[in-house]
Amino acid sequence: MFEYAPAPESRSIVDIKPSYGLFVNGSFAEPTDGSTFKTISPASEEVLAEVAEAGPSDVDRAVSAARDAFDRWAALPGATRAKYIYRLARIIQERSRELAVLESLDNGKPIRESRDVDVPLAAAHFFYYAGWADKLEHAGLGPSPRPIGVAAQVIPWNFPLLMLAWKIAPALAGGNTVVLKPAETTPLTALVFAEICQQADLPPGVVNIITGAGATGARLVEHPGVDKVAFTGSTEVGRQIARAVAGTRKRVTLELGGKAANIVFDDAPIDQAVEGIVNGIFFNQGHVCCAGSRLLVQESVYDGVLAALKRRMAQLRVGDPLDKNTDIGAINSAAQLERIRTLSEIGSSEGAERWSPPCSLPDRGFWFAPTIFTGVTQAHRIAREEIFGPVLSVLTFRTPAEAVEKANNTPYGLSAGVWTEKGSRILAIADQLRAGVVWANTFNKFDPSSPFGGYKESGYGREGGRHGLEAYIG
Amino acid sequence: MVSSPAERVSVRKTYKLFIGGAFPRSESGRSYVVDDTNVALASRKDVRDAVLAARAAFRPWSAATAYNRGQILYRIAEMLEGRRAQFLAFGLDDATVDASIDRWVWYAGWADKLAQVYGSANPVAGPYFNLSGPEPTGVVGIVAPPDSPLLGLVSVVAPAIVSGNTVVVLASEPSPLPAITLAEVLATSDLPGGVVNLLTGRVPETGPWLASHMDVNAIDLTGVDDPALATSLEQAAAENLKRVVRPPAEPVDWTVDPGIARMTPFLEVKTVWHPKGV
Repeated sequence: MFEYAPAPESRSIVDIKPSYGLFVNGSFAEPTDGSTFKTISPASEEVLAEVAEAGPSDVDRAVSAARDAFDRWAALPGATRAKYIYRLARIIQERSRELAVLESLDNGKPIRESRDVDVPLAAAHFFYYAGWADKLEHAGLGPSPRPIGVAAQVIPWNFPLLMLAWKIAPALAGGNTVVLKPAETTPLTALVFAEICQQADLPPGVVNIITGAGATGARLVEHPGVDKVAFTGSTEVGRQIARAVAGTRKRVTLELGGKAANIVFDDAPIDQAVEGIVNGIFFNQGHVCCAGSRLLVQESVYDGVLAALKRRMAQLRVGDPLDKNTDIGAINSAAQLERIRTLSEIGSSEGAERWSPPCSLPDRGFWFAPTIFTGVTQAHRIAREEIFGPVLSVLTFRTPAEAVEKANNTPYGLSAGVWTEKGSRILAIADQLRAGVVWANTFNKFDPSSPFGGYKESGYGREGGRHGLEAYIG
Repeated sequence: MVSSPAERVSVRKTYKLFIGGAFPRSESGRSYVVDDTNVALASRKDVRDAVLAARAAFRPWSAATAYNRGQILYRIAEMLEGRRAQFLAFGLDDATVDASIDRWVWYAGWADKLAQVYGSANPVAGPYFNLSGPEPTGVVGIVAPPDSPLLGLVSVVAPAIVSGNTVVVLASEPSPLPAITLAEVLATSDLPGGVVNLLTGRVPETGPWLASHMDVNAIDLTGVDDPALATSLEQAAAENLKRVVRPPAEPVDWTVDPGIARMTPFLEVKTVWHPKGV
């Protein structure tokens, strides 16, 4: 591999406060019971800040702030709500470098991704939904679209600011107010977003951000003052939420796990396909619910694809998330690293063959080398369970029917990839794949106008596009 | 010795289940009495058989052209029109039977319009073709409204199957006879066997098996009038993240225009991306 001089992005642009309170009713406040937790940089294990842990009465306060703000926010002309949301989009753009650096520090993702994907897409999402706020009656959701009320939103740590945007933008456009809880390992960009709400003069209580772990999230979604629950995260927690809201009138959308198949046919452009495979599984350290974690290669091109994939993987740079040359950053947490290690060991012990390129990992922080398993069967746990890390399982197939059968042989159904130069084959395969997003001759593309969400146990509801509004209109 | 023609004994109908296009008795060999008629009392095993039949029918029914599904739903209306007298004999009024026939016609027309109304072409910020379209969710379990045994039943079944789902329906427990007679209509309408499966019996007995079945993708609890049962069925449905339609907050007026709200809960939006380039 070529030697590159380090090219770190300066972190001086970010002013991280030693501690953050809860953002309720337009201002920051200490938690009622005073407990806090620390958020660290997964690349160095350095403590970045102390963050408040919201207890039961804090959740109550946040929900009632959202409730109090609801009538006025919903009664504003759509065009006025739109202007506030446009402001949020603009301020995210203006503070984009700061947000990108902070995201990479707190999450561990490469600055190239936070700078080029997470932050611009977050701004674009607000810009897109701002435009819907005064056009709701044209959205095909009935003649008199009305907001649902107070939305409880719980988001994961893999795309902290972007998931916040996916949740908050359509909610506000529809006239709802929100209480959002970021993940406990990545609260910082959400707290800067709270400052952005202040900068935008967003009416107090329209957006409330409370930090905490699973118990805070559970209390929020189960709160009787909440009308709508939106969750992105694991299928297991999604199940718990679906059980918890049973018998209520709460509306729910869930965006859960995945085990996407990335299918490479023998006529695929191999070099492009290999780029897509690498992007599919190693983008964001594989911390992506729609990651292409099962590679299905047609037998006749297996050797060539595998050789090209290994050559390409040997070029991946793992290391400092703030270095602009870095392809793969840090694993988000010690707990996640442990899960990836455990499942990888199970992969080996069940008989699959493990391979990683030679790759030196930093001494401190949480790291995992890009890894592929060959000789994987559908029965292997690494082919069935979501690893949520830079680990690819490689399987083969002979016929298109076999490829479809294997691709659909999972309780998940979030995404899939198809690589072939034959247009009619793309359309036929795409029709048969039971997945909410199908990337043909590309992978891991996202856009605010494009609906995203799963079939089967990957959850229900869509985020993005006109369909994403439906979750926030009663 | 030989009875006179005037004393002819009528041939009674055995009211059975409707599974996979056939009319089996309950495997349990049980029945319950409604209006002096023995009606099959479906069991857990019958629920499972019905789900198997619905799953087997899903792939071909969902792959049929929308035009074809529309034709078949319209054919159901034709067959129902021809059997009006049978439904009137159950004590249903003319208006209800008319509305039930017309509802099939209304949904038939939706088959090839849903994708246009509920899909979208998405203008993404890049050189990509990007199209979203609705697809059927899969096997849908339905608890039909107990108090509207024909119009209510048609109003929950038609919106699920028009898009390509297949269904297992628990018919009205107090008034199951119109459901079984409707099954005879379905069986003669070119509707492939297994697309609609109808079970009669006790919802508290069969409902939990349907709600917890791991090969059922969605459940419509419209006909569950006991809130505690509805909650427990919704909790059971969470195990494999079934899409759930809860019982209505207010009694439903089945005669009004239903809109698309009974079709969309059983649709999955699929978005396909492809690069543009030369």
